[in-house]
Amino acid sequence: MGKIANEELLQKLNDKFPGQVAETGADFGLLTVETNKESINAVLSFLKTDAALQFIYLTDLTAVHYPELEKPIGVIYHLHSLTTNTRIRIKVFLSLDDLHIPTASTIWDGANWMERETYDFFGVIFDGHPDLRRILNVDDMTVFPMRKEFPLEDPNRIDKKDYFFGR
Amino acid sequence: MQNHPVYTDNDPQTEYSTLNLGPTHPATHGVFQNVLQMDGERIVSGVSTIGYIHRAFEKIAEHRPFYQITPLTDRLNYCSSPINNMGWHMTVEKLLNIEMPKRVDYMRVIIMELARISDHIICNGVLGVDTGAFTGFLYMMEHREEIYEIYEEICGSRLTTNIGRIGGFERNFNKIAFDKIRRFLVRFPPVLKEFEALFNRNRIFVDRTKGVAAVTAEAALSYSWSGPILRATGVDYDVRAMEPYSSYEDFDFEVPVGENGDVYNRFLVRNEEMWQSMRIIEQALNKIEKEPSDIFHADVPAFYLPPKEEVYNNMEALIYHFKIVMGEVETPNAEVYHSVEGANGELGFYLVNDGGRSPYRLHFRRPSFINYQMYAPMSQGMLLSDAIINMSSLNVIAGELDA
Repeated sequence: MGKIANEELLQKLNDKFPGQVAETGADFGLLTVETNKESINAVLSFLKTDAALQFIYLTDLTAVHYPELEKPIGVIYHLHSLTTNTRIRIKVFLSLDDLHIPTASTIWDGANWMERETYDFFGVIFDGHPDLRRILNVDDMTVFPMRKEFPLEDPNRIDKKDYFFGR
Repeated sequence: MQNHPVYTDNDPQTEYSTLNLGPTHPATHGVFQNVLQMDGERIVSGVSTIGYIHRAFEKIAEHRPFYQITPLTDRLNYCSSPINNMGWHMTVEKLLNIEMPKRVDYMRVIIMELARISDHIICNGVLGVDTGAFTGFLYMMEHREEIYEIYEEICGSRLTTNIGRIGGFERNFNKIAFDKIRRFLVRFPPVLKEFEALFNRNRIFVDRTKGVAAVTAEAALSYSWSGPILRATGVDYDVRAMEPYSSYEDFDFEVPVGENGDVYNRFLVRNEEMWQSMRIIEQALNKIEKEPSDIFHADVPAFYLPPKEEVYNNMEALIYHFKIVMGEVETPNAEVYHSVEGANGELGFYLVNDGGRSPYRLHFRRPSFINYQMYAPMSQGMLLSDAIINMSSLNVIAGELDA
């Protein structure tokens, strides 16, 4: 089976979940869709079990912090359909006062540690996760260090400010 | 073994002991800790603790220009760092839409396949050690040294190579490097053959590994396994064949698969991959001869540092040099995911770029991290000595596990 065209994939998702899935781009041919946390698990299960799509492989699960957005934490899923060699990227944005999202570890066993890592660094709480603990950082850490409010360098440093370089 | 009594929790005779397996010294298998509940020699349950050498590479990467992230990738899977370096270069080149000349692609293929061989040499050699046979390890180690000498000839370093640049290589391969690669292709096959003769039908080795830690293809896919251990279960997923990068589509090679995903199958798959890698290197050397011999980087002055003598004598080169070093080059506002077939599986780079000096967010899809999470569940009911060789055959590299 050949690669599934992005339009066809998007059409299927829109037919199945009307109004729940929106395309946000296709950088370098990789279809990116955004959905919400109410339908995320239904979307993932549909993509995994649909006979024509078969996105059976969870490549990656992580998050990105955009502090300026209303819903600043984006949880990013990369799925791969091994039979058709098609990839898809799914995003769900969460607001800081409600960082709950259903766990994908009920769909893929491999999501377990990826979700623990995402919790560890971004504080996303995966509801229903069997063992949501920190994984790489120490257990008694109180912050979520990959968020943008934790700068790596001294924020008082001025020698790298953009206005010195005309931009 | 069959008559071993199994105690349940409400059994008055229940007496489990707790065993701390690790953390071991980084120079052995890596810093892992598994707290095991033992019923005699048998593992009842286990909890893996990781993160002992977590170095926050993803955070550091958010504060560095692209070319300074290459040394970070070295330290992921440090047994085959050139693959990580090339994977990162290719991710950035994909973002910047840089087309590579064929010769550079072939040079990269040679280096990546050498790295794959050196990684598999360690894994299979150490698997022999863990089953009680030191000989094979010592035979093979000599040839890992030859591969390191090739790296040394090309980039000057051995383990953390920082090999290549965004846009190509920092310098051309010299004649000595090509000679060493050819010499390796002559000297290594008889040793690998001897190694296989020592192990493949060795009664002790086969008894220790066959049927141990067998994993079904369904379980492996559900745990997002990739690389040789996934192929040992019978799934022929190899990024090189599925989504060819760096002109892998020009090469004729096979993707070896196993049957039942046990330790023995993983061993065989890795051995066969070394043969295939040598086939690829052989073809790449022949293809390189047909390409113009002075090309070792793409023509992208905005991203590839000019030679020093030009920086001092040529205005454009000086401007580009300044812009690259100060991070003033324009980069597109885009998200890119690129993956390469690392020695342990699919090594992915998810790069979110906002046009700034450094990535807005960079996430490494690290095969060791994802492969290792099945270790504790699959150890249940296993003998301790089997769990040890299972760990060797997963080839978990602590640097890649913890990032």
